[in-house]
Amino acid sequence: MAMTEIELETLIRQALPDAEIEISDLRGDGDHYAARVISQQFVGKTRVQQHKMVYDAIKGGMGDALHALALQTGTPT
Amino acid sequence: MSDMKSYIQDEVTNNEVVLFMKGTPVFPQCGFSGQLVQILSHLGVAFKGVNVLESDDLRQGIKDFSDWPTVPQLYVKGEFVGGCDIVSEMFELGELRDYLSEKGISFAN
Repeated sequence: MAMTEIELETLIRQALPDAEIEISDLRGDGDHYAARVISQQFVGKTRVQQHKMVYDAIKGGMGDALHALALQTGTPT
Repeated sequence: MSDMKSYIQDEVTNNEVVLFMKGTPVFPQCGFSGQLVQILSHLGVAFKGVNVLESDDLRQGIKDFSDWPTVPQLYVKGEFVGGCDIVSEMFELGELRDYLSEKGISFAN
């Protein structure tokens, strides 16, 4: 089971409406993505907390519908 | 507390640096786990590798324990540091050395 880039972005956007999101499909198989997510909502949070917010946004998708999501998070500069 | 939860709690309490991974440090069975083994080895940090592929209970148990969906997972002095992305990013930015020093973990390089 895979997920399209648009589905992935939509899920993240629902949880973090202000986010700047860049997604790349690493293998072109809809199963291995890299995402860079920048959001004001990450301010004051640890990286673990930031990544958890993205994982929560994807709901059960991580490790299930999605095999791999290389994640980089940050706050707007 | 379930047996699995107390087993994991014991591992992260009794070992300063623990890597829950797929495969073993000598023979990682996943690229992400292998990457963290390389980083820890490069720094010369002594760590214990726990192979989650040895049991389905452990594989699920570590995800529940940390509320984190993926493996590998690095623990230092009982604290969850992160998975492959976070630890790699910390290493690349030079933050991992600072973090280990703050925690009083010795490393060779």
